[in-house]
Amino acid sequence: MADKLSKIEKRTAYALILPAILLVFSIILFPIFANIWISFKEVELKDIRIPEPRAKKIIKSIPEDQTKLKIVYKLRNSSLLENITDVKLKDKLPANIEFVNIDPRCNFKSRTLSCSFGEWKAKYRENLEFIIYNVNGNLIDKKSLKSKKPKLSGKADNILLTTNFTLNNFKKVFFKNDFKDLLLTTFYFTFFGTLGAIIFGVLAAQLVNQKFSGRTFMRSILLFPYVGPVVALAYTWTLLLDPNSGTLNALLIKFQILDQPINLLGQKYLTFQFLGIDLKLRLALTTVIFFEIWRYFPLAFLFVLARLQAIPKDLYEASDVDGAGPLNKFFNITLPQITAIISILFMIRFIWNFNKFEDIFLLTGGASGTRTLPINVYEQGFAISNIGMGSAVSMVIVLILIIFMILYFKLIGKRANEL
Amino acid sequence: MNYKSTLIYLIISTLYLLTLKLVWIILSVLQGLEMTSITLEKNLILGLSISLLSILFGNKINLLIKNLGLSLVFTYIFYVINNVTPLWFYFGIFLIYFLFLNNIRNYDLKYLNQPHVIEKVTFKYITLFGIVFFSLVILFPFYIMLVTSFKTQASLLMNPLDFSLDFTKSFKEFFKSYFVVFKTYNFSRYILTSTIVSIGTVIITLLFAIPAAYAVARLNFFGKTFLSTSILIIYMFPAIVLVIPLYTIFSQLGLRNSISGLLIVYTATTLPVAIYMLQGYFKSIPKEIEDAALIDGHNWFGIILKIIIPLSLPAIASVALYVFMIAWNEFLFSLMFLDNPKTFTLSRAINYLSGDAETPRQFLMAGSVIVTLPILLIFIYFEKYLVGGLTSGSIKG
Repeated sequence: MADKLSKIEKRTAYALILPAILLVFSIILFPIFANIWISFKEVELKDIRIPEPRAKKIIKSIPEDQTKLKIVYKLRNSSLLENITDVKLKDKLPANIEFVNIDPRCNFKSRTLSCSFGEWKAKYRENLEFIIYNVNGNLIDKKSLKSKKPKLSGKADNILLTTNFTLNNFKKVFFKNDFKDLLLTTFYFTFFGTLGAIIFGVLAAQLVNQKFSGRTFMRSILLFPYVGPVVALAYTWTLLLDPNSGTLNALLIKFQILDQPINLLGQKYLTFQFLGIDLKLRLALTTVIFFEIWRYFPLAFLFVLARLQAIPKDLYEASDVDGAGPLNKFFNITLPQITAIISILFMIRFIWNFNKFEDIFLLTGGASGTRTLPINVYEQGFAISNIGMGSAVSMVIVLILIIFMILYFKLIGKRANEL
Repeated sequence: MNYKSTLIYLIISTLYLLTLKLVWIILSVLQGLEMTSITLEKNLILGLSISLLSILFGNKINLLIKNLGLSLVFTYIFYVINNVTPLWFYFGIFLIYFLFLNNIRNYDLKYLNQPHVIEKVTFKYITLFGIVFFSLVILFPFYIMLVTSFKTQASLLMNPLDFSLDFTKSFKEFFKSYFVVFKTYNFSRYILTSTIVSIGTVIITLLFAIPAAYAVARLNFFGKTFLSTSILIIYMFPAIVLVIPLYTIFSQLGLRNSISGLLIVYTATTLPVAIYMLQGYFKSIPKEIEDAALIDGHNWFGIILKIIIPLSLPAIASVALYVFMIAWNEFLFSLMFLDNPKTFTLSRAINYLSGDAETPRQFLMAGSVIVTLPILLIFIYFEKYLVGGLTSGSIKG
């Protein structure tokens, strides 16, 4: 009885889970494997369409002889690059029709016209013409002739399914793609974006954890940047920071803080002097990092606040008795209580920021020194239309990601479940 | 009298007051105030004296009278020093003084003698600065977005600082950008698409996730631990590594430029997080209730429908809102999969508008307001649930 029950239980479990697994497998896991496959191939965007034979049937009347009709099949190979082999055409015609002339490649049996053409080269085009008449001398009904569409078949290589592999993509990724710069930019962006978001998150959480009027209101608006759609927010920032008619530059000039507007999103470097040393700041990258911080500190805020509110009140009361000041309390009570959550947040946010695409894409499109790995995936795959290259770059991302995940699960994986 | 703490109190409160005034001046400049320079020294002296007077008076006189009196006097002095025109500007200055005095109402000479008072005062002011800073930094872009949608490109190019709104315009003229965006740019269609896609994603995700989460939380089967770990790992894989293979596959299957294609992808990418969030909640439901139902002859389907779902409605609401937010805001896949305006979502449509450099910015911002407003309203209305969803699921994002 118990055995039977557990069997039913298993079967139910699989039935309940299977739909979800199938969907996730086909849309997430399968593409990741497909990515490996594509990254070893030289595929371009235009190769993706599978070549297929096409035919358009046109019926023409012959003015000299009303009883006869001309059928024209406009044949072509849809691909400009690939050949199609073993092309066949089949078309069913109405009853009682005979052909005046017939192409040697075709034959007409039991109302069916079938032709076999052999190989069509890329860009192949031909107009195949026949003249037909009705056996019993009546006019041919054009409509019934037109109603059936010719069926074509052929064998073509789907470039994605062939087995020619190459290492060229990876060679290009590592040696011809400013790989070092790409990696460095990605790390700058990720590290400072994550760190900044966590610092501001902790500050905001500490703030909201105090008692003041308008506290719930403050808590709501602190989440706005994260909840709002990235498209709208990124474009608002672009307008705000625009060098020619943006509010920020106009304000800074009006209050005589700047003489010249600065293009915060379009200028790669900002050189300035500090203590007599010339320093170079990656300006556009810094701006993008600030946007990133602005958009994601609410998350850190939320987590840290939840932790702060769970700290037992008597800890603070006890320290009040001991005569500790606010600074003392922060460093000795609050900080130790939130270090765990901060380190988990740092790891997770680091992984996510490493893959951030939308924010940079919408603000700068990867120009002026903000090209990170995810941006490069898009550029290679869709701007340069080299799908294989794009896949190779994204494979690099996956590899780095796997390293991060191993680190993550080794360091804090078990504790993450306690959150 | 504790000189050290008094001095520090005076300096910080002066700085705080100055910050408040600066924010107000910036906001006023955007409304057309002509004030190009702030006389720093005079303002510092003003701040120092009002802070000093406030602690000197302490609570010797009625608080309201003290605050009102001091604010009025100092607003007048401020007016004499600066002497710029609009009256509403001084009303704001008066409010700032009043608010400021209210903030420091607890401080008097006696209070400044307490132990740790420097730290306490500093902390209090850091909080106050923090409120001003965060409100400004967060709300300012939203403010610019909203106001720009009511202006015109020409006037903004002429004077990028003029954000004053002309309320005397007729209704139609005032909301012109919105009328244009709906009529010429077809935004009603995009709103519909976005809504269908988002709500569709929520429904399908829940349909798949609830049974799966129940099985993971409750039933014993081979590969359970493996499955629950892989949920977490899959959930970490970012969209950017899926985009190229999905693009090629969807192109060959003819699923690009279709809402169903988008629905499939959104559902699949949100499923792991939905399962992860739900199974955590299902585990917290006492098992005895289900056992009773089992004895009553319910099967698992009945248990999910009659017990689990009603008991975990708050968690389901959290997941639903979170998934809705992700689907509504999603951009990458809609950029990749949609290039026919007939199937655009709101985000994609705004991106498409911005691709044309000729599009006046007020239309772009009107579009942005249209896509932002619903999600913010939903957030404010269902804050409790969405925050729940965010904390349990938004390691991602």
